[in-house]
Amino acid sequence: MAVDNKVVEQVAHLARLQISADSVANYAAEMSGVLELAAQMDEVDTSSIEPMAHPTHAVQRLRDDVVDEVDKREAFQKIAPSVENGYYLVPTVIE
Amino acid sequence: MQWETVIGLEIHAQLATRSKIFSASSTQYGAEPNSQANAVDLGMPGVLPVLNREAVHMAIKFALATKAEIGTRSVFARKNYFYPDLPKGYQISQMSLPIVGTGIVPVELDDGEIKMVGLTRAHLEEDAGKSVHENFHNATGVDLNRAGTPLLEIVSEPDMRSAKEAVAYARKIHTLVRYIEICDGNMQEGSFRCDANVSVRPVGQEELGTRSEIKNVNSFRFLERAINFEVERQIDILEDGGTVVQETRLYDADKDETRSMRSKEEANDYRYFPDPDLLPVQIEDELIESLRASMPELPDARRKRFISEYELSEYDAGVMTADRATADYFETVIDKSGASPKLACSWISGELFSRLNKESLELGESPVDTERFSGLVARIHDNTISGKIGKEILDKMWSGNDNADTIIDNEGLRQISDSSEIESMIDEVIAANPDQLAEYRSGKEKLLSYFVGQVMKASRGKANPGELNKLLQEKLKG
Repeated sequence: MAVDNKVVEQVAHLARLQISADSVANYAAEMSGVLELAAQMDEVDTSSIEPMAHPTHAVQRLRDDVVDEVDKREAFQKIAPSVENGYYLVPTVIE
Repeated sequence: MQWETVIGLEIHAQLATRSKIFSASSTQYGAEPNSQANAVDLGMPGVLPVLNREAVHMAIKFALATKAEIGTRSVFARKNYFYPDLPKGYQISQMSLPIVGTGIVPVELDDGEIKMVGLTRAHLEEDAGKSVHENFHNATGVDLNRAGTPLLEIVSEPDMRSAKEAVAYARKIHTLVRYIEICDGNMQEGSFRCDANVSVRPVGQEELGTRSEIKNVNSFRFLERAINFEVERQIDILEDGGTVVQETRLYDADKDETRSMRSKEEANDYRYFPDPDLLPVQIEDELIESLRASMPELPDARRKRFISEYELSEYDAGVMTADRATADYFETVIDKSGASPKLACSWISGELFSRLNKESLELGESPVDTERFSGLVARIHDNTISGKIGKEILDKMWSGNDNADTIIDNEGLRQISDSSEIESMIDEVIAANPDQLAEYRSGKEKLLSYFVGQVMKASRGKANPGELNKLLQEKLKG
């Protein structure tokens, strides 16, 4: 699959990345190359192989449902850019 | 043109775990903002989510209750989008391999018909935080206490054909999740939220119309109104020759309308991929079997049993099994009081519920527990007191700690069933009312109730009404 400039711009927007206009074509070429490389896999018959969600064969360990956490709000909010009355403040979100 | 409505629901049930789905923070509602948001919930660098076992168990219980497939190998995925109350920039959810697969939910409609609604899937995911748009100058406040609260998103097939059917289905799921104790069902606090996918199509058309998704509905009443509004809106557009736009719409209860939520329109590319921080979840058969063994009797089965075993009417059985606390209370009262199920049912659904409603109390908060309530019903059952006196005693029990027997003894409320005692009271009343007696005997039979009232008054409400009626009629005949 070839990636065109429009796809690059869309992906950048979704990822909130700011890229300069003159680098778009370059990204398009590089991303197309990556996809072409991966596309070689299409040649292999994988019909009998179960899709993998994780590179190891381990399964998820579970934890007991226990509250084991003290309130560290003060420490966390010390490193936040802006807080008020216990809330983290962000630029106004318009619904 | 005749239109057919097509509705599918996505229900988010907040799982009643103590800690969050991927962290050990508390899920308690109503805490100080951000006091229950730890490094994992805040999406700090270097943290790893560890899955809560109880959340997995609750999802399996839901699958067992709806006879749904259980995903013995399920996978968590990242759903990517940017919003301030989602600190990681993605929500951990499930996409291609959910923990609960297809199932069927029988839903009883108003006319008694049973509608089978298909479940598409149910998956585990984390909730986001809460944004507060008021109260701050040129800023939005973010509270992340809710971030990471476990949710089970229950997705139905587009099987409902009216707002009423959708509400009946939602109520059914609501009853079920509370019965199996995986969700408290509190809609005001957002523990149980419904999103409705609504579309219309000409009757007879196979292909589905373009749907809109209605969000922000926090009561069953609003769900019905929001769907009805949306159906009207779509039909108006189509009949005017327009086309329905696929979009998310917000229900505004104050204006009773839905409106477009433009901010979400562009962001529909969530780029799901398996979360590398979480391994696949493997569910063994032994676990499923042990959870199956721990399942309570489900509401449908219990309702049927109440009808066959206790000979309750369909209606009464429905009321007594509307939630698990009521059904448990009812069975405990029958057991402890020895009263007939019919009597226990009428005292619970009548006197007990009306007092609870008046004070907006849940059954679990009733000042009169099963022990004391059974004591009262037992005395009505064995004719120690009349129903009328029973109500007075219940009032006293409500505001005090005495049991029924103590109140009966202290206040001398025992019902008088001894016929000679009642007879002598009747004789006195008749002797004191010669004019009324003459009128009665000359055909004015309505005066019977006057005499009943007089004797009852003389007994201070304690005469056994059945006995009184019988004896009085004999005496009046002369």
